[in-house]
Amino acid sequence: MTEMTTSTTPMAAGEPLVRVKGLKKHFPIHGGLLRRQVATVYAVDGVDFDVQPGEIFSLVGESGCGKTTLGRSLLRLVEPTAGTVTFRGRDVTGLPAGELRALRRKMQIIFQDPFGSLNPRMPISDIIGEGLLAQGLTDRKTRDSKVEDALETVGLRREYTRRYPHEFSGGQRQRIGIARALALEPEFVVCDEPVSALDVSIQSQVLNLLLDLRRDFNLTYLFISHNLSVVQYFSDRVGVMYLGRIVELGTVAELYRNARHPYTIALLSAIPEPDPRRRKKRLVLTGDVPSPVAPPPGCRFNTRCWLREKLGNPERCVTEEPELRVLQSGHQVACHFAEDVTSAAVVAVAASQPAIAPAASEPA
Amino acid sequence: MTETISATPPLGAPPDRDTLLEVRDLRTYFRVLDGTVPAVDGVSFSVGRGKTIGIVGESGSGKSVTALTIMRLLDIPPAEIGAESEVWFDGREILRIPLNVMRKVRGKDMAMIFQEPLTSLNPVFTIGEQIAEQVRLHLKTSGREATDRSIEALRLVGIPSPESRIKQFPHEMSGGMRQRVMIAMALSCEPKLIIADEPTTALDVTIQAQILELLKAIQQRTGSALMLITHDLGVVAEMVDHVVVMYAGQVVEQGTVEEVLLDPRAPYTMGLLESIPSVEKRGGRLSVIKGVVPSPFNLPPACRFEPRCPYAWDLCHEEAPPLSRVGSADRLARCHLHTSAGDSRRGAALQQHIDAMRVGGTIRDAPA
Amino acid sequence: MTDSRKPQGAVASDLVRRAEEAGQDYEVGLESLSQMQLAWRKFKGHRLALLGLTILGILIGVAVLGPLLLPYNFATIPLPDKIVYEGRPPSAEHFFGETGGLQRDVFRLVVNGARTSLFIGFSSMFIGVVIGTIVGSIAGFVGGFVDNFLMRIVDVMLSLPVLFVILVASRFFGNGNVILIVVIFGLFSWMGISRLVRSQFLSIREREFVEAARAVGVTDRRIIFRHILPNAFSPIVVSSSLIVAGNIIGEAFVSFLGFGVNPTTPTWGNILSNALTFIPLGNWWWPLFPGMAIILTVLAVNFIGDGLRDAFDPRSRA
Repeated sequence: MTEMTTSTTPMAAGEPLVRVKGLKKHFPIHGGLLRRQVATVYAVDGVDFDVQPGEIFSLVGESGCGKTTLGRSLLRLVEPTAGTVTFRGRDVTGLPAGELRALRRKMQIIFQDPFGSLNPRMPISDIIGEGLLAQGLTDRKTRDSKVEDALETVGLRREYTRRYPHEFSGGQRQRIGIARALALEPEFVVCDEPVSALDVSIQSQVLNLLLDLRRDFNLTYLFISHNLSVVQYFSDRVGVMYLGRIVELGTVAELYRNARHPYTIALLSAIPEPDPRRRKKRLVLTGDVPSPVAPPPGCRFNTRCWLREKLGNPERCVTEEPELRVLQSGHQVACHFAEDVTSAAVVAVAASQPAIAPAASEPA
Repeated sequence: MTETISATPPLGAPPDRDTLLEVRDLRTYFRVLDGTVPAVDGVSFSVGRGKTIGIVGESGSGKSVTALTIMRLLDIPPAEIGAESEVWFDGREILRIPLNVMRKVRGKDMAMIFQEPLTSLNPVFTIGEQIAEQVRLHLKTSGREATDRSIEALRLVGIPSPESRIKQFPHEMSGGMRQRVMIAMALSCEPKLIIADEPTTALDVTIQAQILELLKAIQQRTGSALMLITHDLGVVAEMVDHVVVMYAGQVVEQGTVEEVLLDPRAPYTMGLLESIPSVEKRGGRLSVIKGVVPSPFNLPPACRFEPRCPYAWDLCHEEAPPLSRVGSADRLARCHLHTSAGDSRRGAALQQHIDAMRVGGTIRDAPA
Repeated sequence: MTDSRKPQGAVASDLVRRAEEAGQDYEVGLESLSQMQLAWRKFKGHRLALLGLTILGILIGVAVLGPLLLPYNFATIPLPDKIVYEGRPPSAEHFFGETGGLQRDVFRLVVNGARTSLFIGFSSMFIGVVIGTIVGSIAGFVGGFVDNFLMRIVDVMLSLPVLFVILVASRFFGNGNVILIVVIFGLFSWMGISRLVRSQFLSIREREFVEAARAVGVTDRRIIFRHILPNAFSPIVVSSSLIVAGNIIGEAFVSFLGFGVNPTTPTWGNILSNALTFIPLGNWWWPLFPGMAIILTVLAVNFIGDGLRDAFDPRSRA
């Protein structure tokens, strides 16, 4: 399976930069007087993928699908429950604290919230400089000039080192967050929704910056987003997540043109396009994402699946969990009936939907 | 073709009967430690009965404050409303009526849907109680009738088994479900105008699709007018008839949705549309609006978009551009390109936008 | 030198274009204010807090300089020629009046009492804040069993009848010694702070900037001292100011009951205590002035606390 993944990428040669295998992250929920574990949140529940050197691999999905937790487990900001993460052939999950710190120089993260991710009581020189000091990349004397270099690299003025975060706009703060990660000269950067909190006119600035930096520093990105248009523009390959698992994975061209998972199709149909001529009848999913505390048995998407309904609710969807399998087109999909997905079927389903789609009942 | 709009009509002349809401020269200021901040600075637009208008802008554009001023939900002080401002709703001026009269208008004839449904619902009452209370208050019905109406409203927004749902508390529901409840609440008194402030921003795409479809269907059924406030041009394209684009407290462009999105005239709108990522732009740089939204404490002296504008020239720094006609009577743009001073530059600027949209990622400012 | 680490691909024109895209004018460049400076600006807008600060400033000035100008040493001040039981009302020479018995100048007593009372109030607060911060930080950062254990100790401490314990403790260990009174009050003032600090740790620990610091390899030590504590600073300062007020009243109360500082060292509390039996004789000036001093101090400190709370509150901009 992983061989197939590699072969679908343009740069097939050699080892992947990051390889994720069977990754799980379960959060216990404690309750009651004795604080016993009463339930488990299956945030990430068995994920495999490779990231090739130099590519932009995106994870898309809705809130609660586990994409953010997944990104953080790669850097061990949250400790994975099971599975392995390999960086340049080396298993990261078992590293002792000292080696983990050294590794963090190579694997960095850019956060979503430009306000929450900068310490409001620290000047920019400390915010960007503390990583440099912690990694032993500079000493106190040369720190400020390195911080200034980093600021300049992300388009900010060198003189800003003594300023505090609250003096900057959202986009400028996001640039500071990028400078903090980039100052360590990492090879791999997890970008966790880096533009979702920004104004539309600022988003494109930051996307351009990320692309420039990738070129300048030979970076590899794991780009996490819920915005399918941004992902389509930005990435080489995409993994679609639903309730802690990847349900479809392929190159951008393949996935956007020839999506085969009913969930991916619904996601794509839901994108509002800024062109009034293209108003369309959407394929609207009923109901909400089920709670990751109790994922549905069988296929996790079966409670909202329009394809299953169209096929007359086959038993297999509730009894057997579909594994990612490679289709003829080369991309991977986790659906028993992916071959039954045709554009005609999609149009037919969309057209037959009632004007006011009921919100499916959820457990109260 | 271009001509400058003259002053607003004299105070007191009501709009014609087809106009449900008319906002004239709305000005809202906030008093803060460092002085006065103009949050809304001379905004005028109107909404016809049963029509949908989109107010588009980024953070700090004043779009939400506009809605709150119309609903009279701002605390005065620190907010202040300009003496020249008028808001005509359903035949009467509502900025000057007493607050207790306004309270009867609000909720009954004019309802609002907020961005974050969890914080706008009271956590200690069941949703049934909250909807019924509003119905009782405005329609003076009995308790039994109010409950029936609440159930009906919940059914209308697609909530299954509403008879048992009305006994639930807001925290027992998901985000999408709560937004449906908010919509049900807004609809319960059959308002003439629904103001929806970023109703889907906090929701996931698939839920957003549900809610947008729902809003459309309900509007068709009840004939309410909808004022949709959003930053998302995709949502606008999908939903509205008429668009008002705001920037730094002012209207910079308005027209029908086709006019504004397909043939934008204000450089800000052009820039927004050019910067949207799409598949055609893959591999190239996105064109950007350079710089940042100005701080309301430190607005540019003349045109507020001038520091970020790729077409700006000397005049833009010296004189604030008026809102000029660029077509039919309500097709307006605020830019010197559309006054006589911009005659010589207009064609090239519009061509540049068309090229940018066609090519995708512009290469006009690429390094040598 | 600064060019040594410039990335290969980023040519100068790239950097120029990037800077142009990023834009410069926001609030940046107008003036650079740290959070502290911003808080001070807001504090200055709070009139009562400024009044409190002025009063406290004067009182501290009195406490520091007063005893130098008007020394009071119980043993060396000569006894009056003739001991009269009743005190004397305020006069041109003794404008706070004189006490009964030894005919001491009430003004001199109140001035000297300021030093002890304020010393006790602030020092015991300091001890309480130090202990509370340490306990709260450990509980909040380590969590788990340690957290549970420490918080149960706090519960126990809070369920003790504090005043009674202080009375007993000062009776057996205090012997009227000022330092011991400070220590006893300090040991009973940390619980609120520790709970506060713990809850701050629990919430700040989850903030993204802490995660970001961990992601670049910052040590736990630095995370505690540079990231979490500075952000927990404002609530600590606010509640510290209230501890000062509480402990000044507490000391007055304990001294009033005769279990506090040795009567040879004047404090506002024991001046009041000594005045007690003379109130029926109409010697109003004797309790009035130390009592006023206590009220004034506590009010001033509370005003300052209020002002600090507003100044640190990010939601209040004006």
